[in-house]
Amino acid sequence: MNLQIRDTPATQTSSRLAIADCDIHPAVRKASDLDPWLPARWREHLASFGGGRRLGMQSGPAYPKGQPNASRRDAYPPEGGRQGSSLAFMQAQHLDPNNVALGILNPLKSGQGLANPELSAAVCHAVNEWQVATWTSQDSRLKASIVVPYENASMAAAEIRHWAGHQDFVQVLFLSRTAEPLGNRRYWPIYEAAAEARLPVAVHAFGYGGAPITSTGWPSYYIEEMTGHAQSCQAGLSSMIVEGIFEQFPQLRVIMVEAGFAWAPALGWRLDKAWRTLRAETPHLKQLPSAYMRRHVWWTTQPMEEPEPREHLLDTIGWMGWDRLLFATDYPHWDFDDPAYALPLRITDDQRRGFFLDNARAVYGVGA
Amino acid sequence: MNIPGAIDCDIHPSIPGLDALLPYMPDTWREIIQIRGIDGLNSISYPARSPLTARPDWSPEKGKPAATLAQIQRECLDPFGSAIAICNCLYGVQLLFSEDMAAAFARAVNGWMAAELLDRDPRLRASIVVPIQNVELAVDEIERCAQDPRFVQVLLLASGDHPLGKRMYWPIYAAAARHKLPIGIHAGSNYHNPPTAVGWPSYYTEDYVAQAQAFQSQLTSLFCEGVFNRYPDLKVVLLESGWTWLPAHLWRLTKYWRGLRMEIPWADRSPADVVRSNVRLSLQPTDAPPDAASLQRIIEHLQSDELLLFSTDYPHWQFDGMAAIPAGLSPALVRKITVDNPRATYARLMELVR
Amino acid sequence: MNVQNAHSAAPQPAAASRMAIADCDIHHSPRDFKMLYPYLEPRWRDHLDQFGMRRRMGNYSGPQYPKSQPDASRRDAWPPGGGRPGSNLDFMRTHHLDANNIELGILTMIRPHPGGFQNVDLSAALCRAINDWQVAEWTQPEPRLKASIVVPYEDAAASVAEIERWAGHRDVVQVLLLSRTVEPLGNRRYWPIYEAAAAAGLPVGIHAFGNGGQPTSSTGWSSFYIEDMVGHAQSCQSLVSSMVLEGIFARVPALRVVLIEAGFGWLPPLAWRLDRNWSRLRAELPHLHRLPSEYIRDHIWLTTQPMEEPEPSAHLRDTIDWIGWDKLLFATDYPHWDYDDPRTAIPLRLSAEEREAFFISNAQALYLRPQGDRPGTPDSVTRTRQKETFMHTTPHGQEMPR
Repeated sequence: MNLQIRDTPATQTSSRLAIADCDIHPAVRKASDLDPWLPARWREHLASFGGGRRLGMQSGPAYPKGQPNASRRDAYPPEGGRQGSSLAFMQAQHLDPNNVALGILNPLKSGQGLANPELSAAVCHAVNEWQVATWTSQDSRLKASIVVPYENASMAAAEIRHWAGHQDFVQVLFLSRTAEPLGNRRYWPIYEAAAEARLPVAVHAFGYGGAPITSTGWPSYYIEEMTGHAQSCQAGLSSMIVEGIFEQFPQLRVIMVEAGFAWAPALGWRLDKAWRTLRAETPHLKQLPSAYMRRHVWWTTQPMEEPEPREHLLDTIGWMGWDRLLFATDYPHWDFDDPAYALPLRITDDQRRGFFLDNARAVYGVGA
Repeated sequence: MNIPGAIDCDIHPSIPGLDALLPYMPDTWREIIQIRGIDGLNSISYPARSPLTARPDWSPEKGKPAATLAQIQRECLDPFGSAIAICNCLYGVQLLFSEDMAAAFARAVNGWMAAELLDRDPRLRASIVVPIQNVELAVDEIERCAQDPRFVQVLLLASGDHPLGKRMYWPIYAAAARHKLPIGIHAGSNYHNPPTAVGWPSYYTEDYVAQAQAFQSQLTSLFCEGVFNRYPDLKVVLLESGWTWLPAHLWRLTKYWRGLRMEIPWADRSPADVVRSNVRLSLQPTDAPPDAASLQRIIEHLQSDELLLFSTDYPHWQFDGMAAIPAGLSPALVRKITVDNPRATYARLMELVR
Repeated sequence: MNVQNAHSAAPQPAAASRMAIADCDIHHSPRDFKMLYPYLEPRWRDHLDQFGMRRRMGNYSGPQYPKSQPDASRRDAWPPGGGRPGSNLDFMRTHHLDANNIELGILTMIRPHPGGFQNVDLSAALCRAINDWQVAEWTQPEPRLKASIVVPYEDAAASVAEIERWAGHRDVVQVLLLSRTVEPLGNRRYWPIYEAAAAAGLPVGIHAFGNGGQPTSSTGWSSFYIEDMVGHAQSCQSLVSSMVLEGIFARVPALRVVLIEAGFGWLPPLAWRLDRNWSRLRAELPHLHRLPSEYIRDHIWLTTQPMEEPEPSAHLRDTIDWIGWDKLLFATDYPHWDYDDPRTAIPLRLSAEEREAFFISNAQALYLRPQGDRPGTPDSVTRTRQKETFMHTTPHGQEMPR
């Protein structure tokens, strides 16, 4: 994370390693950017009623962020608009200088989790159209996520089937804070459709499921919410494993995005230990929980944990597997991980290539 | 309608924008708001452009409804001829999670209210917005604002983290009673719990309809926990609650009070008695039956002409034209609702109105 | 409600002159929970023994708020031979059915209703077991009693399967849900249940109680049992709003819903509030074609207990006039402590037609379709049907040592 604005010249970087950035947040310049793909009924609805979520605020976050739009102060496009809303500036500030060969778009204000089920579906569809028209068709390095109205599984599955086979979409996107835990059967038709389309399901931290961010209620501060995503995502992932979605959909791959990753080994150990004692409750599981995790789950790296000494992170990654991590910057957000500084560790060239590029190419089936 | 001396017990000035509050905040908070890019606290209880949030003729081309004194005078105070109107500011202070931030915002809202509205029109009074997130800080804000007699009530929301009868909140009632301030409970939620007891609805309409159930729950809580046993002179005013649900709710509560009062042995008076002595409700919205005869029946079911307090609920769209008072009420009842009942409820008005 | 034992004398059969009535909320239960085990596959017996029910609340068993009476029951309802109130059919006959001349009794199983269990497979398995048990041990031996099938309502697909398993069975007159669900009952996740019930010609009964994991109010957890009980009226108002506004009645015109043990006085003001706000906000709800109150009028029935008791009692007549005299179904809630006695429950002077409707004919019209409509009626047909549709059920006694 780098909050200070450093004067970082856009250096000539052909010598730098090509990387994948598996968490880039594109934004609309203005709400009406989605109008071409929104039916009149929903444009009018949004004008009258807004997009109600399971959250008291009409717009914006539950906890005020640390920075305007939670974004880098140097990421405002010179032509105006919010951070992340200009492809040209994203190319100049991020994709070119950091030699991003593959960038995965994760739109966040995309209709997911809206209370009104049909509105949620309509906005998600418009956002998917917008991603193609405004981003992926303009820059072949960028790939899109299918945003889906996940609280209504049949509508979400229909949206996946609509885009299945489209080469610009490489994953299905969830937010992590859902109305019920992610393994619940209400969501299974979505996993079924994703597996059928051979698309991984990415679960990005955040969202508005209506439950507090902690199991002991609403904390006071943004820092508690941000830290809390790790616990929230552990609960979501445990639910997916224990409810048996990986037995049900053996082809399914899940990517945890922006939730950190250092918690994964200890979660696996705890699941295994509990399951050995309690397995009579879950006869549908045929393997150790950690085995499902090892085979079906990936993690993006940002916000990367920063132990001191840093070498402890090598143990963590060793436990998870060097093929599991997908580098991500979170551009343009304030807690951006800079690829030049993010992994200050002595590792092998294979490990470095996997971490920064090859793991992502393998999981998304893009490039070679 | 134009009734001399009428007291409008529920109007809603809008904070024009976050900038308007900054002068009423200390530098540290101004700086934090700027650094963090906080851009306003607007609750989904009233989506900005929902038809209910502002009547069409009270919706300006630009800016927010009821956001300037001129709007309030032109659209509400002058045409309805009210002698007094009580401002209940619905800025989303209660939605915040940080106790200190909530206290800073509450203080700023009250400061803005005094300087921008109360100082500039002698007809206006206001309710004290409090940081309910921390009872101690809420009491501090009551103590601070109570020095100004134009603050006539303490304002809470119909849904929060816990039922309002819980003893953790009693210091607020003690402070209110000390200063002869009724507790106004207004429709709305901090949405820390689902808006209904059966979860999150899909539609705003459900949310708004469910506000009536939230008030029923709060009334149950205040009665069962014994708030009025401890503070017998405390008045609670249910604002924008609707009121036609009240008789049926009292029938049920009374039935269970008969069957279960061993659980709450301090509850020595019937719920209906307690409501008559301690609880009042604002007139709008009147969720009326379709025919005037039925409205007469439901008024009779109230069994008291002292419960209702006149309100326009300006700028919310609850009626058209000047029809703030439902047709068919007797002149005597209208006089009670518009003048006598509010004066009997708000002790601080008696000090100022002739 | 009568907490005291009003009459210490042994109950007598009602005089022949007393009107026959319907009681639309009778709570039976197994004498011991393990009496359901013969109806349950071994896997789930073991599961229950090891893990319990897990009901979205902290208590391993029993209620969240301690009740006011042992087992929330009348003190005179404990069967002389032992067992909990409502667990002995013979005693229920003499103590309640005969004594009150009950011609039609609707069983509503809430002790337990497994519909809200966290483990949906357990929920489904126990619902099947309870339904098999209540037909075998209650409605078959006692034709005055009819069953409500419990369904695992948080899993719509499994609920539909259970409804289809019983469709057409002569002893089954209703599909039973509880009111406190994970999401409001108008949510689309529950729509397949309503479609299946309507297709089977069965009303959907929604009994107060249950636990969806939400606090008992929109403002959090209350302190007292009395608040929990009074709060059911608020929960049920929210679910009626949800069902009407989310459009299930527009979508399934044949759907009939019965609210059980939620009171009824709150319904007219709710309908007024819905109409009023719909007129303002209807742009949000283009799927509704009529006033909310019209959907309520056509699709919703209510059982009477716990009957509101206004003073003066004449106010109750206004309320029933607003609801419609054809919509209320008399219920006692036997054997619970807040039982409404049919002799004293309604403090109004009723016309003969009103009395007939209130005490019996509304219930008959709702629950008992003409015989010709009931394909399961002849014994031979019933047996065939059971063979086809009871496939999930463990044959009694074959796997359990007795």
